[in-house]
Amino acid sequence: MATTVAGHPHAAPVAAHAEKTGLWSWITTVDHKRIGILYGVTAFVFFLIGGIEALLIRIQLGAPDNTFLSPELYNQLFTMHGTTMIFLAVMPLSAMFFNYLIPLMIGARDVAFPRLNAFSYWVFLIGGLFMNASFLFGAAPNQGWFGYANLTSRQYSPGLNVDFWTIGLQILGIASLAAAVNFFVTIVNLRCRGMTLMRMPMFVWMSFITQILLLLAFPVITVALILLMFDRAFGTTFFVPAAGGDPLLWQHLFWIFGHPEVYILILPAFGIVSEILPVFSRKPLFGYAAMVFSGAFIAFLGFGVWSHHMFAVHMGPFADAVFALGTMLIAIPTGVKIFNWLGTVWGGSLRLTTPMYFALGFIAMFIIGGLSGVMHSVAPHDLQQTDTYFIVAHFHYVLFGGSIFSLTAGAYYWFPKMFGRILDERLGKVHFWLMFVGFNLTFFPMHFLGLNGMPRRVYTYPAGLGFEFWNQVETAGSFVLAASFLVFLYNIFVRSKRTTAADPWDGATLEWSIPSPPQEWNFAELPTVHGRDPLWEAKRARGGSLPEPPRVSGAGIHLPNPSYWPLVTAIGASTVLIGIMVGFPWVSIAGGVVLFVGVYAWAFEPAH
Amino acid sequence: MPLGKVSLRRVTGRAWAPVFAALALAGCAENYPQTTLLPRGDFARLLHDVFQTTVWWALVVFVLVEGLLLFAIFRYRGRPGDAEPEQTHGNTTLEIVWTAIPAFILAMIAVPTVKTIFATYEDPGPEALHIDVIGHQWWWEFRYPEYGIVTAGELHVPVGRTVRLNMSAADVLHSFWVPQFAAKRDVFPNRPTHLWFKAEVAGNFPGQCAEFCGIQHGRMAHRIVAHEPAEFEAWVAKMRRPRPAPTDTATPPAAGIDSAQLATARKVLPTCAGCHAFSATDTTRGRIGPNLADVGSRSFIAAGWLENTDENLARWLRTPQAVKEGVLMPNLGLTDEQVTALVAYLRAYHQ
Repeated sequence: MATTVAGHPHAAPVAAHAEKTGLWSWITTVDHKRIGILYGVTAFVFFLIGGIEALLIRIQLGAPDNTFLSPELYNQLFTMHGTTMIFLAVMPLSAMFFNYLIPLMIGARDVAFPRLNAFSYWVFLIGGLFMNASFLFGAAPNQGWFGYANLTSRQYSPGLNVDFWTIGLQILGIASLAAAVNFFVTIVNLRCRGMTLMRMPMFVWMSFITQILLLLAFPVITVALILLMFDRAFGTTFFVPAAGGDPLLWQHLFWIFGHPEVYILILPAFGIVSEILPVFSRKPLFGYAAMVFSGAFIAFLGFGVWSHHMFAVHMGPFADAVFALGTMLIAIPTGVKIFNWLGTVWGGSLRLTTPMYFALGFIAMFIIGGLSGVMHSVAPHDLQQTDTYFIVAHFHYVLFGGSIFSLTAGAYYWFPKMFGRILDERLGKVHFWLMFVGFNLTFFPMHFLGLNGMPRRVYTYPAGLGFEFWNQVETAGSFVLAASFLVFLYNIFVRSKRTTAADPWDGATLEWSIPSPPQEWNFAELPTVHGRDPLWEAKRARGGSLPEPPRVSGAGIHLPNPSYWPLVTAIGASTVLIGIMVGFPWVSIAGGVVLFVGVYAWAFEPAH
Repeated sequence: MPLGKVSLRRVTGRAWAPVFAALALAGCAENYPQTTLLPRGDFARLLHDVFQTTVWWALVVFVLVEGLLLFAIFRYRGRPGDAEPEQTHGNTTLEIVWTAIPAFILAMIAVPTVKTIFATYEDPGPEALHIDVIGHQWWWEFRYPEYGIVTAGELHVPVGRTVRLNMSAADVLHSFWVPQFAAKRDVFPNRPTHLWFKAEVAGNFPGQCAEFCGIQHGRMAHRIVAHEPAEFEAWVAKMRRPRPAPTDTATPPAAGIDSAQLATARKVLPTCAGCHAFSATDTTRGRIGPNLADVGSRSFIAAGWLENTDENLARWLRTPQAVKEGVLMPNLGLTDEQVTALVAYLRAYHQ
């Protein structure tokens, strides 16, 4: 199998690996770092697309009774904004960090299944392109990212819109599941010597828990989507009430996936912040074990609270009470995390770099999102809050104030490692303040609007309900927010400076012990660790910084061979599903043939 | 109400100036007719009480935790050349404390929450006025079995008597929202849901559908009209008054419509009757369009958002698809003369 990463320094010498370049080398790459960069670049482009969708939404809502967007286009845009940000931006941006960092942090040469990793990326790319291709047909999904039945039935949504969504999400689900298996096995099996579970960097721990969530949650949405696909393509009636089906079944299935999905989006962000805060506070993460167990507890509870999205469906007092209390319980481990981050900062010697700004901003914003989350758990009052802008405010505080702030912190922090270039600090802080101010201007007033009666998912609102002022503020804020990302792009493409420093931040984890950017095999010699902050311990033992690690030839290190079969297999698997949507069986059959050939060739291809 | 939260957040953002402006603007819930923050019914009041408890606790936590964060950032700001700070790894006592304190606060919220959950599910009793609420794409139908009447777009309720809403949907999911008196409940085509409330004040309030239900979800509004009891009886009596059927050949003359207009309207009305009922006591179910018995006197048309002026009514009749893209009423290609006659007819006979 593909467990090729256990390089032996004493193995028979082979030719030194030349640096691979060119498009073909990217198409056939199985290197986790390149795949990570592919994930990152692709997801960032989708993030920008989702951001443009958000700006169009904000322009439309900037004035009452606005006709800038038609109702149909507005519904397509808010559906695609949500779907894009969740499945095509935040999840794959996390996947970028999983890919790039997990092997480096656990001292491995690659992930457990490098070709499966490439397959995941290609499937994700195809799924994302497919979903967005719907715009070219004027048939982008228009039923909301939650796709509540029975609006999604053929009767009420006769167009291809819902099919693009159903098939697109299934394609993306394949990518997520394959990647989750891969990272799970990687973390379990490929840790270097001395890296016990309780010595893993917190980012690896949170990633590990995220993979478990993915493995348990994605099958549920897959089942739901298959049922919906059968309803739409083959005339079954799982969700059709006229034929005895039940739309509520969809809601349960969707949220049994959907709530863990929330933690899939935030746990990696927790992990990133937990790496950055200690480094720039110059002291270890406070309460490591409490951080691990609170993360695991959050994930565990995350499977038992799905119906708090459904308090308005009239489930009965016992169900409402159980789900309300379960939801409140989640606040406890979340609070533990926040207090331990404070404990990490407390008594430190803070270096207020850009990554640190974003990490601290994350804490400040996530507290607000956490508190409004507790307000939703008050089930009776959720009957007022649900489906209003109060909810929109809440989840942008956790997903943007939380995940995006943290992912941005991570981008500044690991940029030098990934690209051998360091981002400009002053511009980074301009980016931070624009984002911080723009974010709060855009999303804080949504609390007022929601409590004062503005529902979600409305393409416009009439004058006279009092919604005008705050909507104008929000629209203005959204442009400040957009400007902050222009600064980010400018920083990346114009102002970043070359650096070859292996350890520009005085890091604690293994990725800072190797050259920037790392060589294909990561570690010339696989490391052995003796504690939680191996690099700090090494530096302390030496009484100062370590010498720059040399770039070596890599002779004698086994690496997996490049392969295009993952791409072929990805095309085959996606085509099978797309064939079901277009209703031509021969498309699916052709896809099945390609899939079979791809898997067959993959299986018999020499791995290295 | 999260008013203090505004100011605190802004303080933490070190922007003092907008604090008071924001407070002033956010504070006036009176400026928001659809607000949830000014409960005017018993059900809404139950929810509001437990919400206020929650907000106060949230405020305390917010101030403390954001305060600690800001304090730490300023207090422990390092300078180049600083010695390495003390390498602490954790503290079990602290972990226990900051697990216990949030648990205590949550218990303070959980107890009233559970109590209120059970209170909201209590049956309002046999005295309640039952009203059937049916969600359609994209309008609300209200049926009063006690009086044998049907209306649409405007939920009329008496002040001081509990009403029990028995809710369902004709097509897809919707959510019926009465922010001033109660809250919202989803409605389904296949499972009944309920809501109850007792209005405390009379008035005409806005509400709207809260579950995404298709292209015109954004324009699926309704009005809640609370009457003093005597006024409510008068409204019921008015609704029960017989009205000319659209197919009547002997419609009596009425003020505001001349005989030529009446003749023109009569030619078109059978088309309308394909989807609409014109009598409030016509309780036939399953019509595609709303009951028009009192459309002439409703405050709003086109599902509670278009002011009921002659001009708007005419615009709607002429090109409903231009007013509300995707609505189930087609453009009927009526002439100006026909439209004017229909407006006059609806005003004359369907007040």
